[in-house]
Amino acid sequence: MKNSTKFIGGIFIILFIGFIWMGFNNSKGDVTGNIISENKDLKVSDQNNKIEIKGSDTIVQLVSNLAEDFSKNNPDTKISVTGGGSGTGIAALLNGEIDLADSSRSIEQKELDLAREKSLDVKEVIIARDMLSVIVNKDNKVDRLTIEELSKIYKGEIKNWNEVGGKDQKITLYGRQSTSGTYTFFLEHVVKGEYSENMRNLEGNQAIFEAVKQDKGGMGYIGIGYLKEGLKNENNKIKAVDVSYDGKDYFSPLDESKINDYPISRGLFQYTKMKPVKGTELYDFIQFELSEQGQKIVEDSGFVKIANSDKQKNNDVLG
Amino acid sequence: MMFLVKGLKINKEKIIINIFLIVSVTTILILLGIFLFLFFTGIKTFNEISFKEIFFGTDWNPTAYGEPSWGILSLLVGTLIVTLGALIFAIPLGIASSIYLAEIASPKTREFLKPTIEMIAGIPSVVLGLIGIFFLSPLIAGLFGLSNGLNGLIASFIVGIMILPTIISVSEDVLISLPKEFNEASLALGATKWQTIKMTLIPAALSGIGGAIMLGLGRAVGETMAVLMVAGNSRGMPTSILDPVRPITANIAIEIKEVVSGSLHYEALFLLGLILFVITFCVNVISEIIINKQTKKYKW
Amino acid sequence: MVKEKTKEKFYFNIFRICMLFTIFILGFILLYVIINGYKVINFRFLTTMWNHQDITQGGIFPAIFGSILLGIGISIISIPIGICTAIYISEYAKENYFTNMVKISIRNLAGVPSVVYGLFGLAFFVFLLNLGTSLIAASLTLGCMTLPWIITSSEESIKSVPNSFREASIALGATKWQTIKKVVVPSSLGGMLTGSILGISRAVGETAPIIMVGATFYISYLPTSPTDKFMALPYHLFILATQHSSPDAKAYALGTALVLISLTFIMNLGIFIIRYKLRKKKEW
Repeated sequence: MKNSTKFIGGIFIILFIGFIWMGFNNSKGDVTGNIISENKDLKVSDQNNKIEIKGSDTIVQLVSNLAEDFSKNNPDTKISVTGGGSGTGIAALLNGEIDLADSSRSIEQKELDLAREKSLDVKEVIIARDMLSVIVNKDNKVDRLTIEELSKIYKGEIKNWNEVGGKDQKITLYGRQSTSGTYTFFLEHVVKGEYSENMRNLEGNQAIFEAVKQDKGGMGYIGIGYLKEGLKNENNKIKAVDVSYDGKDYFSPLDESKINDYPISRGLFQYTKMKPVKGTELYDFIQFELSEQGQKIVEDSGFVKIANSDKQKNNDVLG
Repeated sequence: MMFLVKGLKINKEKIIINIFLIVSVTTILILLGIFLFLFFTGIKTFNEISFKEIFFGTDWNPTAYGEPSWGILSLLVGTLIVTLGALIFAIPLGIASSIYLAEIASPKTREFLKPTIEMIAGIPSVVLGLIGIFFLSPLIAGLFGLSNGLNGLIASFIVGIMILPTIISVSEDVLISLPKEFNEASLALGATKWQTIKMTLIPAALSGIGGAIMLGLGRAVGETMAVLMVAGNSRGMPTSILDPVRPITANIAIEIKEVVSGSLHYEALFLLGLILFVITFCVNVISEIIINKQTKKYKW
Repeated sequence: MVKEKTKEKFYFNIFRICMLFTIFILGFILLYVIINGYKVINFRFLTTMWNHQDITQGGIFPAIFGSILLGIGISIISIPIGICTAIYISEYAKENYFTNMVKISIRNLAGVPSVVYGLFGLAFFVFLLNLGTSLIAASLTLGCMTLPWIITSSEESIKSVPNSFREASIALGATKWQTIKKVVVPSSLGGMLTGSILGISRAVGETAPIIMVGATFYISYLPTSPTDKFMALPYHLFILATQHSSPDAKAYALGTALVLISLTFIMNLGIFIIRYKLRKKKEW
């Protein structure tokens, strides 16, 4: 009995360690750091009545609203929406886990290369537009900044509000986590350098809103949906800063007539693994998002409807 | 007939024992496998990043605009600040409370208080984090004249609350388990209750209390959610407790969502998990050894 | 002597104050959550589906449902296996260095942070076994996390059954298994159950692992199969606090916290009752 116990135990141990070792050696790493395990087959997660969506926290509420409305008329479709950041969404899409990736930044070249390696034909749809807003506490004298000043502030080169026309107060920087598309977008289009290491990395748009509300020296960046929602309710705590490219003309993110002039505007995207097939739930859902009804929800959620040029691009993709 | 029945009986025994054996071995292997998993995934990081850069670098920035950097020192310091801060808060309060429970309170009070303290342990850390963001953070910001309340201090305070029940109940168990003879002898010699506690009981229970503190430390190191919500999570090296901190646990929870399986960032996060595992496991083993020494010493 | 007496009074009062402060902290937490959260609680809040566009129209039922399913899943996975392992370790395994090491390892695995289990669950259940982020992956991950706890508390419970019971049983001619089945297990059942419920209630309140292996922000349906996604109370609480922009979000977050705490409280109450009933039965 004792011997057979040892024998069984021994076999288990060998099998187990072998199993684990096999598991690790299946994933290869590379210097750019964006490779996926080859051994996983793509999960066919588009069983016809399930749509799994993951990605940007900026538009997670918007997409949830759209999903909710869509479900009312299509009760058999099972939709799930999760945040985690644009990076999370795209990674999950490439891993084959989801059907639709929400992203507040455009997909990067290395991600596209990866997709090609995995035989994925990633398609991009633009579902809304955002005027990324920079917010400060209402008590702050400063109400306009240039892109140059924003960049220096977020890099940590300008540390005090009095350097940009405010009172003598240290600037506290609030930003998102690196998983966030907003973080990446702001980094690449405004900061164009390294974020200051003193920037607080907060969990979501709302967290940034709350922080700047309480911090007289604070500054943060949030999607316009969150700005409008916040101003509706407690508009004596924060305000949005007018932004300018050149120091001459300043634009407010709330001014919808100047969408094209506002320096920090961006498209909000969704990515699919392949061209959406007519007749599938996924196709219907995307069409719904782009329809009058869907775009009304976009507006109600605080974002900006897509422009005609966007509509054209979408039509090319959807056919 | 008897013979047959006896034979069946013995076989049934064997089958049952073997079932138990197989279940147990599988379980134990899975649990130990956790360590192996972390280990084998984490060490792959060293294929591409040098030991020195990881353990002596101060900047953790895997998604940098320029070159990524992988130094864990600022993360370690973050964990250290929150853990030490929590202990500074919880040790005096906890030990004093446990002395009260063990030696001063009446049995009825003790019956009532013990489960009440256990309840603090049952509060999920998200809830504490919630109270931290909504209530404590503005409070501390106002108190210290800071512009905001997301820093190491508030994180330490909340983690301190979470480890309080651990310290209290283990210390109280240790004190109660001291032989009654100690109390009786000291009082018989004319000492007051306090003198007894101070000069006999506490020294006798010292290693046990040390064990309790270590257990609390282990829990503090591993706390994730509450810290994530209130610590500020900045990359920079914290210089004071009023700076935002980014402990290892919060860092893992934040960044794990964006990593692609198999990438360098993924492996680096597993390395962090491995480090965390090793720290907490060792702290717990040490505390167990200390507490065992305590019980062995005074087993009359 | 008088000086000694005053000194004693002084210190004792300090200790009393410390204890009071500790209780005060607990009381404050509960009061804060109750006062700020109860306004939101009503029948609709507890039983309707989540309405995203106007959260005042909907309820947190999917989150409650998800957490309960998760609790059931974890229980199914960890309680039988945990108790079996505890029985084997305590009753059958030889008392040698090896088994001692195993016992120490398991006891200390209970102290490993939940994030680490989350990492393991992600790598093993979600990726390696290809279960994706689903109810089953989350149940397995949290099940692994709860196992050491259940094994340890069951082991202690079994240890506390006096040897005289076992000896008496064997003396009457029972086999080892019969002894375990009819004597040891019934005597230690209470302790095993309380330990298990405690472990499960801890697991249901955990957020970090489910962020990594399962929970979603919004789903349009209720999870009906183990491979479905799910909403869960702790995660829902977390996103209401950090990501929702609705002005009611704060109140709803606290309402959800109240529900979560109540759930934990109910489970702990169950433990309390079991312990109390047991103490009455126990003779030794």
